[in-house]
Amino acid sequence: MARLSNTASVPVSEKITQVRPKRGWISIDWQELWHFRELFITLTVRDLQVRYKQTIVGAAWAIIQPVLTMLVFSVFFGRLAGIPTDGDLPYPIFSYAALVPWQFFAGSLTFSANSIISNANMITKIYFPRIIVPVSSALSHLVDFGLAFVVFLLMMPLFGVLPTGKVIFLPFFLLLLLLTALGMGFWLSALNVKFRDVRYVIPFLVQFLLFVSPVVYPTSLIENEGFRVFYSLNPLVAVVNGFRWSLLDTDALSAAGVALGTATALLLFVSGLWYFNQMERSFADVV
Amino acid sequence: MDKQTAIEINNVSKQYFIGRVQRSAKQYNTFRDVIAESVKAPFRRAGNVIRGRAPSAANLTDTIWALKDVSLTVEKGEVVGIIGHNGAGKSTLLKVLTRITAPTSGEIAYRGRLGSLLEVGTGFHQELTGRENVYLNGAILGMKRHEINAKFDAIIGFSGVEQLVDTPVKHYSSGMYVRLAFAVAAYLEPEILVVDEVLSVGDAEFQRRSLGKMNDVADSGRTVLFVSHNMAAVLSLCSKGVLLEHGKLRSLGDVNSTIQEYQSSLSEMSSIPLLARQDRRGNGDLRFASIELWSDCHGAMMPVGTAMSGETLFIMLGYESHSPAPLRYVTAALHISDFLGRRLITCFSEYSGDHFEMLPPGGEFVCKVPRLNLAPGSYRISLTCKVGNILADSIIAAGTLEVSGGDFFGTGKLPDAIHHGPILLDHCWDLREKSRS
Repeated sequence: MARLSNTASVPVSEKITQVRPKRGWISIDWQELWHFRELFITLTVRDLQVRYKQTIVGAAWAIIQPVLTMLVFSVFFGRLAGIPTDGDLPYPIFSYAALVPWQFFAGSLTFSANSIISNANMITKIYFPRIIVPVSSALSHLVDFGLAFVVFLLMMPLFGVLPTGKVIFLPFFLLLLLLTALGMGFWLSALNVKFRDVRYVIPFLVQFLLFVSPVVYPTSLIENEGFRVFYSLNPLVAVVNGFRWSLLDTDALSAAGVALGTATALLLFVSGLWYFNQMERSFADVV
Repeated sequence: MDKQTAIEINNVSKQYFIGRVQRSAKQYNTFRDVIAESVKAPFRRAGNVIRGRAPSAANLTDTIWALKDVSLTVEKGEVVGIIGHNGAGKSTLLKVLTRITAPTSGEIAYRGRLGSLLEVGTGFHQELTGRENVYLNGAILGMKRHEINAKFDAIIGFSGVEQLVDTPVKHYSSGMYVRLAFAVAAYLEPEILVVDEVLSVGDAEFQRRSLGKMNDVADSGRTVLFVSHNMAAVLSLCSKGVLLEHGKLRSLGDVNSTIQEYQSSLSEMSSIPLLARQDRRGNGDLRFASIELWSDCHGAMMPVGTAMSGETLFIMLGYESHSPAPLRYVTAALHISDFLGRRLITCFSEYSGDHFEMLPPGGEFVCKVPRLNLAPGSYRISLTCKVGNILADSIIAAGTLEVSGGDFFGTGKLPDAIHHGPILLDHCWDLREKSRS
């Protein structure tokens, strides 16, 4: 058996770590998060691996899911129900442009909301900044997002739409999508530790949000001005319309709507971060 | 913090809320419980005020101090054994130290990286392969990828899972699992290594190697905190001992004197009626209530204070059960250890082939030892009981067994336990002449 002194030695660390009871409002140790970046990457990759392990087609599910959903939507909502689109866009590309961010949202929310519980084994045995868990399980869905987006790019010439200069605004809407998904993920994952009801709420919530976001229908369907303001409080409205606006050159996007959506998304994110931060130190005792 | 100090623990306390869990036997709250509680609580509080009781929080939820004002300083390179009864706060102390859970009050500071091995499967992910888990755990310790690469072969070599390195760990046996977990924790060279009772898992060979490995870690000037019920292991490994009792620090100092103090506290414990013992594990479907020694005296059974070598001994274990479900497929075990906590003998109803398929709610297990083969001395009995393979009750040092000299060999002579070992073996000697052909 090789003795420690004979093997290449890891440099001795003299860093002093302090352990204290929690105080303060939001106390995030950014330096510590940076220190744990390797873990963050490992966990993100692990989430991806676990998700597609023991499946036959593997990551192809990232494409199959939105494409099949688009086909079903096109047949039932586009053809049979005759739901209009923005301008004269063909229904398939209209709905797919919304499904790409939507699938990311639904997937990452479901995974991050359950992430603390499904990682209970690690959380009760090892310390690391807990925030890494919901963030990494949400961000691992960016890979699926990327794959589905490539399919979108391939579909564009097929339906005769080409990107305009507005496409440079797409990263903003992606950021808005991330803030919304993470904010809700923080809330739900922390609540889920204490109240397992959340697990049953999630599928319902995702379904509900699908109907109050303009995924299968255009925002123009909502005619009442007052209601439309209320409707725009849902940040996903700005996200979905923003994706369509920047990629398909639609005119469904209003500055007021984006401002409202951004405000709620920021509120969700900051409050989620706060709540998660308040709860995280008791996770190991409760989960 | 002093340059030579590795860990400094200052007045650390940890409070747990246990009331709700005990009352409703639920693992977690539902919204309904919380809403019901928030409706009921003001009324109950008002009721308490009317009855003249203080409306303190303790009336609403039961709390327990798993740790209370524990202060401790560990120097660099020290190997400290943490000992104490079940529920004394050993594991809680390690959990607070490893930052898994936050202390209620008090502060801890430590120097360098801290690696821990608490129970089996420290943060292994079932679906990932052994290789991936090694990297995951390294990342948790805050190591860079190239640092893990440098250690990878040694880790796999120590744990002996070369063949299965690319197999998901869910297919590993529990022995392989713990070997890999130990190797990861030990080889990743944290400045402080925290090990909790892992040596009870795994075979003797692994135990020997991991003790050796921990010695290496200690020799290389790193700090080790070691929790165990195995006093022999603590004695051979540690230089300093910490004795916890009811969440408080009872003594701190040289390992020999700490173990002695633990032994005397165990003797105090064994005089407590069994039902009053709190330091037990298991789900409580069945609880040991009494332990008595009986002997067969010329055909008449009678209780005795001390057993005699070579005589028939009956160990009576009274139990009671408040479980509504019938007690089916029950196994009982009693472990006899010496005063260092070394297990000498286990009497297990499964080994002897005695099955209790259906048990009345109250009664006595009777363990009969036809010819007691222990040398005179003091021994300690620990008890375990499983109902349908689930641990129902387990008490360490449930009682003492005093053995006085009897005529085991029929010659009137007996070896003494200290010099010749505590176990007597039925045997005889003979001589054969070497035949010269």
